[in-house]
Amino acid sequence: MSALEIQRVCKDFGSTRVLQDVSLAIDSGEFLILVGPSGCGKSTLMNAIAGLEPVTSGEIHIGGEEITWRTPAERDIAMVFQSYALYPSMTVRGNIAFGLEMRKVPKAEREAAVERVADLLQISHLLERKPSQLSGGQRQRVAMGRALAREPKVYLFDEPLSNLDAKLRVEMRTEIKKLHQRLGTTIVYVTHDQIEAMTLADSIAVMRDGCILQFGTPDEIYNDPVDIFVAGFMGSPSMNFVPAVLEGAPGDYRLRVATPGADDLLLPWPVSRETAALAECRGRTLTLGLRPEHFSEEDARLGEQAEGTPLSATVSVVEPTGADILLRLPLGDGEITARVNPDCRVAAGERLGLRVDMRRAVLFDPDSERRLA
Amino acid sequence: MDNVIRSRTPAARAGRLLLQAVLVVAALWYLLPLAVMVLTSLKPLDEIGAGSLLTLPEHPTLAPWLKAWGSACTGMRCEGVSGYFWNSFAIVIPAVIIATLIGALNGYALTKWRFRGAELLFALMLFGCFIPFQVILLPMAQTLGWLGLSSSRAGLVLVHVVFGIAFTTLFFRNFYVSVPDELVAAAKLDGAGFFRIFWRILLPVSKPIIVVSVIWQFTQIWNDFLFGVAFSGHDTQPVTVALNNLVNTSTGVKEYNVDMAAAMIAALPTLLVYVLAGKYFVRGLTAGSVKG
Repeated sequence: MSALEIQRVCKDFGSTRVLQDVSLAIDSGEFLILVGPSGCGKSTLMNAIAGLEPVTSGEIHIGGEEITWRTPAERDIAMVFQSYALYPSMTVRGNIAFGLEMRKVPKAEREAAVERVADLLQISHLLERKPSQLSGGQRQRVAMGRALAREPKVYLFDEPLSNLDAKLRVEMRTEIKKLHQRLGTTIVYVTHDQIEAMTLADSIAVMRDGCILQFGTPDEIYNDPVDIFVAGFMGSPSMNFVPAVLEGAPGDYRLRVATPGADDLLLPWPVSRETAALAECRGRTLTLGLRPEHFSEEDARLGEQAEGTPLSATVSVVEPTGADILLRLPLGDGEITARVNPDCRVAAGERLGLRVDMRRAVLFDPDSERRLA
Repeated sequence: MDNVIRSRTPAARAGRLLLQAVLVVAALWYLLPLAVMVLTSLKPLDEIGAGSLLTLPEHPTLAPWLKAWGSACTGMRCEGVSGYFWNSFAIVIPAVIIATLIGALNGYALTKWRFRGAELLFALMLFGCFIPFQVILLPMAQTLGWLGLSSSRAGLVLVHVVFGIAFTTLFFRNFYVSVPDELVAAAKLDGAGFFRIFWRILLPVSKPIIVVSVIWQFTQIWNDFLFGVAFSGHDTQPVTVALNNLVNTSTGVKEYNVDMAAAMIAALPTLLVYVLAGKYFVRGLTAGSVKG
């Protein structure tokens, strides 16, 4: 049985439709991430699940019960807000216990619940403090504690880490993941950070303009994006898009990439990745999607055994990140980013031999932006 | 040490000195009436006629204060202003509490439970801040008559509450706009309802604006004369009206020292409220303008 099911939900603000026919379902214990750029409707969808804003049409089910028109209090959900929204006049203990108090849980049980989550989140020493006396990370923990104390069916996280500094954000991300693994809670998590999405999720819904573009596992979203937007949004640095003319025939497709000032490059399209749609696109200019890590430096030692299609280009910028090196190279009508080994000794202006792994490349229709192969 | 680097040229110094002198004179000028009042209220009557306004009392006496408090004549009665002083409190305290509470509730509903037309309603309530008192004298007298509250303290409380709500709503609405909506959302999810969120979450963070509202309302209502004179009976007059009657009662010699003492008595409570809570008043007025 699904823990949360959203059926054909629409939401209008005046004459603007901010959610268009959104449907999705997740199982109990699943970690769902709603990701997308600002204004894509992810927070509105979250508020609809929470009951903070009524939907215009459609249904929402939690734990098999329809709750579309129930008040937030009647939905058995808890939410962690971006601003933490801790009650400023109450101590940490009061904050955590407030939801239980409102639900008329006896005092002894409340105390036990507070101790339990304080232990879990290592905030026992902060229980008598006011939120104003806490650091950002501590407030974040208290906000999670407040949600955890109630043990609801579904947890909602609304960009919970975006107010933390970079280091703390990574720490808390790991902690949230650990917590989820340990407690097996059902979580809906909104973020605009695609790294958070990739690292935390069991399933990801990528949203834009009030629609879910793609709903799938992180692996599917990353390696099998349905369109140019999803492909470009997920991954950092993002996917390179190169215009390429499709040539050849089924069983032997090739992509011709024209780079000004260089010879045309012919990239064979793997037979295993052919789709029926390609037959109609012969002779057309398509958009070839290549992630930076699909490139690798030519390794002379491998010789003929090296995999991938060879190409060479003049490096325009070298950006070492420590773990690897990002290279900017001219390809097609612009520059692309390639991610190579940190021990690659190359300087800007030098010519470098590379290999590109076409088995992981993707092809899009530049007009509809949909995936072709 | 003040925290500014100033020009040290002789001209700049002279200019500064002149500026300070002007400020001191201005301050003294403003304090002069108060000084005259205090000095006069402490002099026996014969000294007032003999000396100038600013001479110190030769034989200081508290008799004028005692007379103003307990036995001066206000119209037909000669019981001082004490009874009216307590009248004022009996009107001001409930009116301040009720207007502040209603204003807080209004502000809370207008900002945190937005409904269709909330902005329009607020604009209309703001309009209430600009209605001149005189305009409503007759209709209000009629209304109080219908309600059976003519010439009663309850009637005056009602009038002040009605007039005060426009201001208190404005105060609280503007304060609550700066309180994050997520706080209310979190409380809703925690299972708290409209009033519970108000009492437990919003009111505890409203101290600065409560102080502003209380000082404002207290000062307005305490100093009100027009409503007091129009809607009160003999026994329910506020101290401002009694003061007017005391000063205007013309039997025998004009007792300036008693008049001054009575005026001081009538003015003290508002002064005291500001001294005690003024710090929070300024804090409340600027609350929300700077993010904590």
